[in-house]
Amino acid sequence: MRFLRLIGRVFLAFLGTAGRLILFTADAVSQCVRPPFYPRMILRHMLDIGYFSLPVVGLTAIFAGMVLALQSYTGFARFSAEGVIANVVVISITRELGPVLAGLMVAGRIGASLAAEIGTMRVTEQIDALTTLSTNPMKYLVTPRLIAGVTMFPFLVFIADIIGVFGGYVVAVYKLGFNPANYIQSTYDFLQAEDVNSGLVKAAVFGFIVTLMGCYHGYNSKGGAQGVGTATTNAVVSASILILCFYYILTEMFFAK
Amino acid sequence: MTEPKPDNSRLKIRLRGVHKRFGSKIVLDGLDLDVGVSESVVVIGGSGTGKSVMLKCILGLLQPDKGSIQVDGEEVVGMSAAAREEINRKFGMLFQGGALFDSLPVWENVAFGLLAEKKVTRLEAREIAISKLAQVGLGGEVGDLSPAELSGGMQKRVGLARAIASDPEIIFFDEPTTGLDPIMADVINDLIVKTTRQMGATALSITHDMASARKIANRIAMLYEGKIIWAGPTENIDSSGNLYVEQFINGRAEGPIKMAVRA
Repeated sequence: MRFLRLIGRVFLAFLGTAGRLILFTADAVSQCVRPPFYPRMILRHMLDIGYFSLPVVGLTAIFAGMVLALQSYTGFARFSAEGVIANVVVISITRELGPVLAGLMVAGRIGASLAAEIGTMRVTEQIDALTTLSTNPMKYLVTPRLIAGVTMFPFLVFIADIIGVFGGYVVAVYKLGFNPANYIQSTYDFLQAEDVNSGLVKAAVFGFIVTLMGCYHGYNSKGGAQGVGTATTNAVVSASILILCFYYILTEMFFAK
Repeated sequence: MTEPKPDNSRLKIRLRGVHKRFGSKIVLDGLDLDVGVSESVVVIGGSGTGKSVMLKCILGLLQPDKGSIQVDGEEVVGMSAAAREEINRKFGMLFQGGALFDSLPVWENVAFGLLAEKKVTRLEAREIAISKLAQVGLGGEVGDLSPAELSGGMQKRVGLARAIASDPEIIFFDEPTTGLDPIMADVINDLIVKTTRQMGATALSITHDMASARKIANRIAMLYEGKIIWAGPTENIDSSGNLYVEQFINGRAEGPIKMAVRA
């Protein structure tokens, strides 16, 4: 009996959280199309999410590309198939590694800072203060961040694609002795618009997930410093897990034929 | 209750039978309260008696489970969000910790409500902000600082300037003197009295600081176990004949009010 009760309680808690999250999402998204708008806030967050994430995303991408070239060489050299390395690098980076690595890195950087900032605003009553100053806190705090996340993530991933492919090129040419012109030519030949586009769509979805999780956990944090800490942890963990889930779902949608 | 009721037609805020519970904990248990036009009412009560919850219910930050709250004769419980935003324009609020937006400079904090209503340009808003800061005794140079650079007393003043910036009809004060030294507390009390009188605004404050309550209140009401157990003019507070009130205003550990000392 006690066991059944436990299962029931966990299940109900799960439904409650899912319901709250869906309502929160619906509210935040519906605010995107209703005035007033806050272009100043949107620009600020676009700068923060897009521009200031470039170093961490760039570093991640260049090393991912380098490792990819190195490892596929050790594998493919056994079958004398070194020629496909350019292909492997460019497809893996644009389709999969670019979006997912950038998504996870930025989930740590942005998800945590959003949750901490909004969470602190919640526990210091700044969110209540917004309401008393005729400002809808969802519209002022959450919606601009969502818009910035959805628009800037594809931009970041596009940059990551270029840097990642460049990383592969550097290793292939300077370490593995490939001919630069041939390598670039085969990269160019194999690359299709669909590879890049699917990666950018994934990036937009990941951007939505990261900013939504950061805002949701921050917005609903309670109980002082500890509450903000918990909210930050939850934001990063839930964003990372959701990114990996949707990573599979989107790949299945795009490429399972 | 043995209070002379203010004229019913001139009530700014009217609470009847307001109930609010969190889980199994009953916080407000049928609370009745009247605040007349241009009156300053202070609700006193110990920590955790539901003073803040009452304020949040009036502001619409919390929904009461049961009961009626009227502002200017208009029922606000269960109101639509748009109508609620309209009502909230009548309100100004000084938060306990100031609740200043630390991402914005002081002047933008003060002018936030004005900018949100989009009735003024940024330049005009800045001028109004500087004049409101002057009203609370702060120089124009403070306007460009960040809230984190201010002392506690200055933050309270900026919070007050923000609360009065859009000339609200009703101002709420949440523990205005908590965390301040006695002299600064008195300065803030003076400012509250001065500004609300100047504006002819209605004031509803919650506090457990009796010196502050005596100074800013026309009328005092005491909240205990989710109900108003006594209300009357400030000058009657010492002759209330109510054991709970006497224990509270004299700050005695012994009496009918039992504090939960166990953690």
